[in-house]
Order: sequence, then structure tokens, then C-alpha cells
Amino acid sequence: MSSVAQPVVKPLRRRRNPASLSLGVTSGYLSLIVLIPLAALVLRSTEGGARAFWNAVTEPQAVAALKITFLISLIVVIVNAVAGTVIAWVLVRDSFRGKSIVNALIDLPFALPTIVAGLTLLALYGPKSPIGVNVAYTTSALVLALLFVTLPFVVRTVQPVLLELDRDMEEAAQSLGATPLQTFRRVVFPNLFPAILSGTALGFARSLGEFGSVVLISGNQPFKTEVASVYIFGQIESDNVTGAAAVSVVLLVASLAVLLAIGGVRRWATRHDN
Amino acid sequence: MTTKYVLRFVALGYLAALLVVPVGLVVQRALADGPGDFLAAITTPEAMHALWLTVLIALIAVPANTVFGVLCALAIVRRRFPGHGLVNSIVDLPLALSPVVVGLALVLVYGRNGWWGSWLIDNGFQVIFALPGMVLATIFVSLPFVVREVVPVLREIGDEQEEASATLGASSWQTFWRVTLPAIRWGVAYGVVLTTARALGEFGAVSVVSGRIAGRTETMTLHVEERFQSFDLTGAYASSVVLALLAVATLLAMTLLRREDGS
Amino acid sequence: MAIEARNVSKCFGDFTALDDVSVEVESGSLTALLGPSGSGKSTLLRVIAGLEQPDAGEVFISGEEATGVSPQKRGVGFVFQHYAAFKHMTVWDNVAFGLSIRKRPKHEIEDRVGELLDLVQLNGLAKRYPAQLSGGQRQRMALARALAVEPKVLLLDEPFGALDARVRKELRAWLRRLHDEVHVTTIFVTHDQEEAMEIADQIVLMNEGRVEQVGGARDLYERPANKFVMTFIGPVSSFGEELVRPHDIEVRREPNGAAERATVERVVHLGFEVRADLALEDGREVWVQMTKAEADELDLEQGAQVFVATKE
Repeated sequence: MSSVAQPVVKPLRRRRNPASLSLGVTSGYLSLIVLIPLAALVLRSTEGGARAFWNAVTEPQAVAALKITFLISLIVVIVNAVAGTVIAWVLVRDSFRGKSIVNALIDLPFALPTIVAGLTLLALYGPKSPIGVNVAYTTSALVLALLFVTLPFVVRTVQPVLLELDRDMEEAAQSLGATPLQTFRRVVFPNLFPAILSGTALGFARSLGEFGSVVLISGNQPFKTEVASVYIFGQIESDNVTGAAAVSVVLLVASLAVLLAIGGVRRWATRHDN
Repeated sequence: MTTKYVLRFVALGYLAALLVVPVGLVVQRALADGPGDFLAAITTPEAMHALWLTVLIALIAVPANTVFGVLCALAIVRRRFPGHGLVNSIVDLPLALSPVVVGLALVLVYGRNGWWGSWLIDNGFQVIFALPGMVLATIFVSLPFVVREVVPVLREIGDEQEEASATLGASSWQTFWRVTLPAIRWGVAYGVVLTTARALGEFGAVSVVSGRIAGRTETMTLHVEERFQSFDLTGAYASSVVLALLAVATLLAMTLLRREDGS
Repeated sequence: MAIEARNVSKCFGDFTALDDVSVEVESGSLTALLGPSGSGKSTLLRVIAGLEQPDAGEVFISGEEATGVSPQKRGVGFVFQHYAAFKHMTVWDNVAFGLSIRKRPKHEIEDRVGELLDLVQLNGLAKRYPAQLSGGQRQRMALARALAVEPKVLLLDEPFGALDARVRKELRAWLRRLHDEVHVTTIFVTHDQEEAMEIADQIVLMNEGRVEQVGGARDLYERPANKFVMTFIGPVSSFGEELVRPHDIEVRREPNGAAERATVERVVHLGFEVRADLALEDGREVWVQMTKAEADELDLEQGAQVFVATKE
């Protein structure tokens, strides 16, 4: 005759161990460093109510700055999509002397401080240019600077995909009569597309907020070459904290949207994987 | 066949025009007036202080983010708590956020009129326009790197080694030190290199929180800007070269670690 | 009784892995937990090890309740299908791990590790890293590592599953010899019925989270408790309404009472064994197994008319 009630299982004593410690430390650290300051930002921007927020964001200069930022970032991102893919292709499929140095150089914009990047571009493409090219204080300067800092993004997302790509698929296509261009367009590119997309999305998010590299070379002229981050900086200096906070929230929302989009792209990209 | 050479030409030309030549030009100009002027420019009291301050901030921010990074990666991969996807996204946020926005957010908490700012200042604790603020800003912007490098490594090695260690009698801490940590060491190393590079090169956020007081709260990057604004191009270029050398050292470390990891 | 699991149940979300399972394992025996994928055998093993917590039920090891005890303290040795080798440590350090955790004196560790490496025949490879070993060598290292701390019980989770067929057969026989030498109570999980039957003293056959039958290889083969057991262990042939062993079907050239008429469709010679597909008068098919001698005597060939009945 078996006993009637099921004996209760004793839970394992949860002593302090790395796993439980990690959870506590993670939340605490993230809250202190990231979440609380961002919360303060959002709350401050809406302190004067929705009206004040709206006014701050629709200030002509703010609107101009945001427009310029988004537009230039879009242009930059499209150039990156093409240039980045070409560079990734050359790095994976081609071979030449010094390729490994070139490969390492791709990460230079990650490693070099943005202010130095701006300075180097100003030296070559500014008033004292040795080749006579002077785009300082124009929107071209903005494009240049943003291309510099966003260079690695597409290259580094496309490279691993290209490396892993099953050459068999391309060989199969060719054996079925496809030209190299057709093979690229119909077999290779669809597999690269999600990587290109997420690389450009990351680059886009980075461009939206870029500050250090544009601040010297663009001249920061309101309505002409002033980007959102420079505008915010200016507002902070003039003690218009609400205005600064409001436009910051716009950038914050844009960044979040891009991050979510990247996550979505990743899930969509791996839908065919087992 | 010619497509290959066209692509190669386009790729290398693009990289030369955008990266190599501009940086090379600055190096050349910094040394143009002779090594003497170069050395003088980087050994001024302000420049030396800026270097020291930059290194100090990095020495605080990088270990903090490393410890956090490993623990956070463990929490995300091993604990699988509800909302771990959210934590993952929050960790990625600093990568997408404008540094000026970061600086502003910190000012709103720790500044004169910030949430805790007035209380802190009244108790003698200056955060904004002082070292603590700059450290916080640097920690914020360089937060994600160790986490992002360690998470995939942790995922790949799986639970089994840790389970084996448990069945052999090792406590959780012993398992962590002797099995988990050694298994992820290259991921951690790579993350540390990326974090350091980011910390050394931070500009926008520290620009907002530091007040840019030369000789007091100027990092190397702020010093470069200050020299430029003061029309001291040589000085600006000289400090830039120092930063560029640090960047190259970073690239070397990254390349070496990539090879180590692959073997 | 070395190990006892009483009324153990475990669910993963909607999936019931174990449903009120009770198993007893005798001290010093080699027991197989056998079953198809999803039968719960690995889950049961992990519950015994303490790597999973049951939703209900208890586990006893050497008579003491172990249900709430952490895996560190249960005194179980565990060997994983994919070895779980500490990749960054040498073979020596892997095997010594449990002893160094317990802070044993250095000379004791040296003696014990040397002894074990001899036992598993890995003595020349002590300074190598797991990546430099073959799969079979890694698994032997994992065994040595688990045995180093003198566990009360040795648990192996599909230990040969990741190895190729020849190595698997060698290691399986080797495991039996090792067990005979070392006499640690051992439980291993497998989906390979031949493996279980070849080396286990006792087989626990599981299916869909429940125990179907417990017994020796012969018990399960000759006296299966139900249709599942009969089908999983050993060949079956459906004859009429029943399931029979294909070698329990008698084939004759002359009619014999209740024997049914059948035509030989196909004959396959597999060395000692001969298999034949037969078609009965009503179109149903049945396959039979016999020795070469029997087949020769019957002069069995395609198209032949024979009479079949189950042997008494």
C-alpha cells in the first residue's frame, strides 16, 4: 500500500553563487549607469507637459538639425551598403599582399577617437588640403565624416556571412548555366541581404548620434550643417535643458527603433535555419 | 577576371581616400616641424595631465565594465530569466546612442539641478565637472563590449563542462573560476581591448559632463579639440598622433587575439 | 539497494518527461536505461545525478535521501555523451580535477591519476589536450575523471552515442570489463537495444516517461510484458492477429494440420541467418527467420509453395 500524499520535494538551498550574484549585480549596475539617467532624460523632456515638448522639438533650428541628420545619415548608409559589401567581398574572395593589414585597418574607425578622425579628414579635405580639395563647412564634410565612422559596420557584418557561405550553391548555379552576375544577384545576394541590412542599421544608428567627427569639420552652421547632436550640445551650453532633452528623446527613440529593427532582421534572417 | 581587379581597386581606393591618407597626413604634419616640436607639444603640463586623466578614467572604467560584462553575460546565457532579451537590448543601447545624449542624461541626474545632484553637492560630492562624472560617462559608452563578446562564447561552450564540474564536487565558485572563466578568457580579452579603445577615445559624453577645464578636467580627446580651437594645429596633431598610436596598438591586440581565439 | 527512484515525475513545460517512475538498482550492478528518444531515460539519469530537480518523487542513494542534495554532494560520477572535457586543461589535469577540488595531497593525486590513466589505457597521453585526442580516447578520459573521486555510483548518458560504430562496439565491451574490475554501481543510458542486451545485468525499458519492463536481456526478449517491449527488443513479425518472433514461425514443405499455405516471395541469405518474405493466401505478408541449415533442408527459393504455423 503506497502512501497517499506525494512527499514534497525539498528545494536546493540557493546559496550565494555566481549565477544568482550575476543577476543582482547586472540589474543594479544597468539601472545605476544606464536606466536611471535615461529615465531622468525622458522625464525632464516632458516636465513642461506635452506642449513644451512639442514646442521644443518643432523649433525651426531643431527641425532643421533633425532633418539634416536623418537625410545625411540615409545617404551615408546607402553608400556604406555598397562600399561595405564591395570591401567585404574583396577581403573574403580576393587575395593580395598586405590583405591582412587591410583587414585590420577596417577596425580603425572603431579604435580611433572621433575627434581625431574629424581632424584627419579636415587635414586632407579642408582649407589646408594638399590636394586642393576643400569641403569644410559643407554638407559634403558631414557625409565624409560619417562615412569614416560607419565604415566598419557593414564590412564586419557581411564578412562572416560571406566566409560561411556555401560555395556549393554558387557552383550549382553556375553548372545550371547562370552567369557570375546572375549567380550573385540570385544566389549570393539574398543570403547577404540580412547582414547588409543589419550592418547598415547599426551604421545608421551610429550616424544619427555622431558628434566628435563632425564638430570640427562641418562648421556647425545652424540650418546648414548643424546635426542633431551638435544642436543638443548647443542647447545645453545655452542652458535650454528642456529643449536639449526633448530633441535627445527623439534621438533616443530613433536609436531604440533601429535596435528593435535589427533584432527583427536577425530573426527574419534565421527563419530558414534549423 | 577584370571584375576582380575593378573591385579590388574600388575597395582599396575607397579605404585609402577615407582612412589611410587622412591619418597619414596628420602623422606627417605632426612630425613635419621636427621631432623636437612634436615632443614639446605632447609634454606640456596640460597635455601630460590630459594623458594621465585619460588613463586614470580607463583604469577605473575598464575593470568595472569587465566584471559587469562577465556577470551580465552569465545572467543572460545561464540564468535565462524572463526579460533577458530586454537586458540584452539595454546593454546594446550605448552602441546606438549619441554620446551627447548620454552626457545630458548624466547631467540631469548628477548635475546641480539633477535628481541626486543637489544632495551630492551639498555633501561635498562633485560628480559633474569632476572625475566621477567623466568616469560614469565613459562607463556608459563602453558598457556593451565585454558582454557582447562573452555571450556568444558562453552559448557555444554550453552547460556540460559546468555540469561535469558540479558532479565532480566543485562548488559554484570553484566551477566559475576553474572551468567557466578559463573557457571564456579569449572572449573576455577581446572585449577588454574593445572597451579600452572606446574608453580612451570617448569625446562627446565627457565633453558635456566635464566642463573642459584645461589642466583639470580635460582628457586627451578634449585636449585635441582645445588645441584646435586655440589655433595650435601642431599641438592638436601631436596629441592626435598619440591617440592614433594607441588606436594602432588596439588594432594589433585585436588581430592577435582573433588569431589566438581561432587556434 | 544502491539507487532508488520513487514515484519520480518531471515536466518541461507541456512535455511530460517522467510520469511516476520508480526504479531500483542493485549495488554493484550494471544497469541500462533503454528506450527511444523522448522516453525520459536521460531525464531520469539527470534526476538521479541531481542535475535536474524532479517535480515529485524522491531519489535515494545508498539508502539515504538525496532528493534535495546538490550534485556536488551526491557522490555520483557522470559521463556525458559529448565528453564535457575541460578543453583548456590537459588530460592529467582533467582527471585530477575532482581530487584537486577536494584538496588532496599532491602525491596522492599523482598516484591516483597515474593508476586511473593505466586503467583506461591513456598513460602516454597525460600531457595532451582533449582536442588532440580521438572521440574514444576522450570518453575514456571522461570515465577516468569520473572514477577518480571514487563515486558511489557511475552514471553514463549515451556514452558511446557520438562515436562511430566500430569504436562503439569496442568501448562497450571495454566498459563491461572495466565494470567487472572496478565494481562500481553503474547506470548507463542508451537507445541501442543491442548495446543494452550485450553488457547490462539489468535493463530498464522506458517509453514516453514510463517504465515498460525491468529485467535481464533474456526476460525482456522471451517474456515481453507488452507489445512495445516486444517490438523494441528483438525482431518481430506479424502473423495473423499476433506478434511473433520470426524464428518462432515454422516453415514446412508439407501441410501440417493448422498450417497455412504461403508462397515464398523473396529469400535473403545473411550468412548464418536466412530471411524469407512469404505471402499468405489472403495476400497478407509475413517474414520468417531460420538457420542456413533449415533453409537448405527446405530447399527454400523464390516461388516455392510452403506451409507456415507458429511453433508450439
